[in-house]
Amino acid sequence: MSEKPKEIMFAQACNMAMAKAMEDDPKVILMGEDIADEQGGGVFKVTLGLSEKFGTDRVRSTPISEQAIVGAAVGSAMVGYKPVAEIMLMNFITVAMDQIVNHAAKLRFMSGGQTTVPLTIRTTTGAGTGLGGQHSDMLEAWLAHVPGLKVVAASNPADAYGLLYSSIMDPNPVIFIENTPGYFVKGPAPAPDHTVPLGKASVPREGTDITLIGYGSSISRCHAAAEKLAEGGISCEIVDLRTIAPFDEETVLKSVAKTKAAVVVHEAVRNFGVGAEISSRIHEELFSELKAPVGRVGSGYAPVPFSPAIEKAWLFSQDDIEREVHKILG
Amino acid sequence: MANSDMADKDVLIDIFTRADLIMQSDIKFRQMIGAGQLQIVYYPVRGQEVVSSAMMAAVNKEDYLVTIYRGLHDQLAKGIPSKDLWAEFAGKMAGTCKGKGGPMHITHPETGVMVTTGIVGSGIPIANGLGLASQLDKDGKVTVCCFGDGATNIGAFHEGLNMAQIWKLPVIFLCQNNLYSEHTPMAFATSSDSIKQRGEGLGMRSVQVNGNDASAMYAAAKEAVEYARAGHGPTLIEAMTFRFHGHLLGDTSHYIPKEEMEQAKKDDPMPILRQQLLDLQISEADIAAIEAKNAAIIEEASQFALDTPYPPGDEYRIDVLDVEIAA
Ligand SMILES: Cc1ncc(C[n+]2csc(CCOP(=O)(O)OP(=O)(O)O)c2C)c(N)n1
Repeated sequence: MSEKPKEIMFAQACNMAMAKAMEDDPKVILMGEDIADEQGGGVFKVTLGLSEKFGTDRVRSTPISEQAIVGAAVGSAMVGYKPVAEIMLMNFITVAMDQIVNHAAKLRFMSGGQTTVPLTIRTTTGAGTGLGGQHSDMLEAWLAHVPGLKVVAASNPADAYGLLYSSIMDPNPVIFIENTPGYFVKGPAPAPDHTVPLGKASVPREGTDITLIGYGSSISRCHAAAEKLAEGGISCEIVDLRTIAPFDEETVLKSVAKTKAAVVVHEAVRNFGVGAEISSRIHEELFSELKAPVGRVGSGYAPVPFSPAIEKAWLFSQDDIEREVHKILG
Repeated sequence: MANSDMADKDVLIDIFTRADLIMQSDIKFRQMIGAGQLQIVYYPVRGQEVVSSAMMAAVNKEDYLVTIYRGLHDQLAKGIPSKDLWAEFAGKMAGTCKGKGGPMHITHPETGVMVTTGIVGSGIPIANGLGLASQLDKDGKVTVCCFGDGATNIGAFHEGLNMAQIWKLPVIFLCQNNLYSEHTPMAFATSSDSIKQRGEGLGMRSVQVNGNDASAMYAAAKEAVEYARAGHGPTLIEAMTFRFHGHLLGDTSHYIPKEEMEQAKKDDPMPILRQQLLDLQISEADIAAIEAKNAAIIEEASQFALDTPYPPGDEYRIDVLDVEIAA
């Protein structure tokens, strides 16, 4: 990774962001299962090379102890460190929910601002990996529902680099969600000093007829759907939230005020998802201006299936987005 | 106990001073709640004063403490000023946490009290993080993490002690074993005969001590602190003690056999410690002066808790994140 390629993979971008943060701030430390080089640099090799560069004091492989990992991150964060804890797969945060929800998210508040918890929890998930029910869930809505946490999901390598760096430097606890199949997606390489502020959405495609709102893995499918819909004369604007919580209400509302129609798209199951919140906020603010109620596209209300045939049927698709857009625009 | 085993006279006076403040505070809290002057959930600490007083006498102000809902004794022993603490228990703006933490969530970094949690056992992994920071910073601090015997049945205990041991963290796990978790006796819910065994099973230096014996408890605490500061790693101290009141105020302890409670009250550590001071030729007048001073502190603190104002309602918008949240 010494020579800077013009295009990089998502996983590489995360690695570079951590390296940059560790260079910039000696208080940045990493911990997680198998993350040091001797243990392979992480199951998806996202931390490869970092322990060699920064030492195993700062890049610490841990036992399989999700509560202990997050707890150690919380404690060290309270007294000046900026820990980045890797939870190997998002489903395993269920094991550490107490530390995340009851402690990381609340200690600033419950202490009246005397202590803060500037930690980042990196985790990965996503369907399409054939890992079945316990290794592919998108649980961001749970976390977004907890006051005191920030939740971030990037859709391309440059954003991943900028957002992960910002997450590590943020004074709040941040959950940084990576997409497992998306690790190998390539995109333009960021400049070393590239950052993306938390809480700010981007508008990677402008349009006039309808707004597609998504984040993370849904954005590439939004782009594909928008291309296809453009052939039929429908102009889609895309809003990439980048930060799920707190979400950039201003950018979302500005876009929908212009297009007067919207669909929220995410890989997580549709029911009780992030889309419900965003849709509701749009209705509250723009109800009388909308051409039709806000649509939602998400995956089926079932655990992620194993068999590729069912997994494909369960997962939201580009077709679902197009169908929803046609339904809304009549 | 042979006199040679006795802690230094000054140390015993120090422990007594802390323990008496705790005892009087506990009595006052129960009185005021009973009289309807305070409406708060309260977990009595009467009976466990000496454990935490001796432990905190062995550490410095800069050392960290992580404790639990039943934490009044730990917090006072560590040095949180009574006024600030009482105000927080009452939910007032002048409290340690602006009334946003309350009795179960006391934080006071000035005296090293970093976390008080209402989730049984969950302070253990966080204490490791504080210990890790001290280890990396080489600042020589130790972290004391208090919890009950019941907490050793939660996964976080096992994960946390394992991690502390493999990383040799400067953390002292102080299990205040009062033999009951809520209404459940230890033998009913805990597979091992002692908590010490559990620490040993995790490869940790583990000791069991009569926590109600000030000298023994202080010696165990001091040894653990020195061991941690020398970089050898954590210690699990199982300090045997008892609580004389229900799990929380209002619980009548109907599940504790009468004889067991009677015996425990006969072994009340407070009169025993007081007698030890007299035996060391500390005069009744000197002891009474300590008690009077503590009484005055508590009088002032409890009155302050009643008189000082509540936070404004929209204080909830502050400290959620680093920016104020929208109304
Ligand atoms: C994870 C969790 N489960 C259950 C409870 C409810 N609860 C509060 S205190 C308590 C008993 C704990 O006993 P122990 O750890 O021995 O501490 P003690 O109260 O005796 O000091 C229980 C079950 C809780 N607060 N947290």
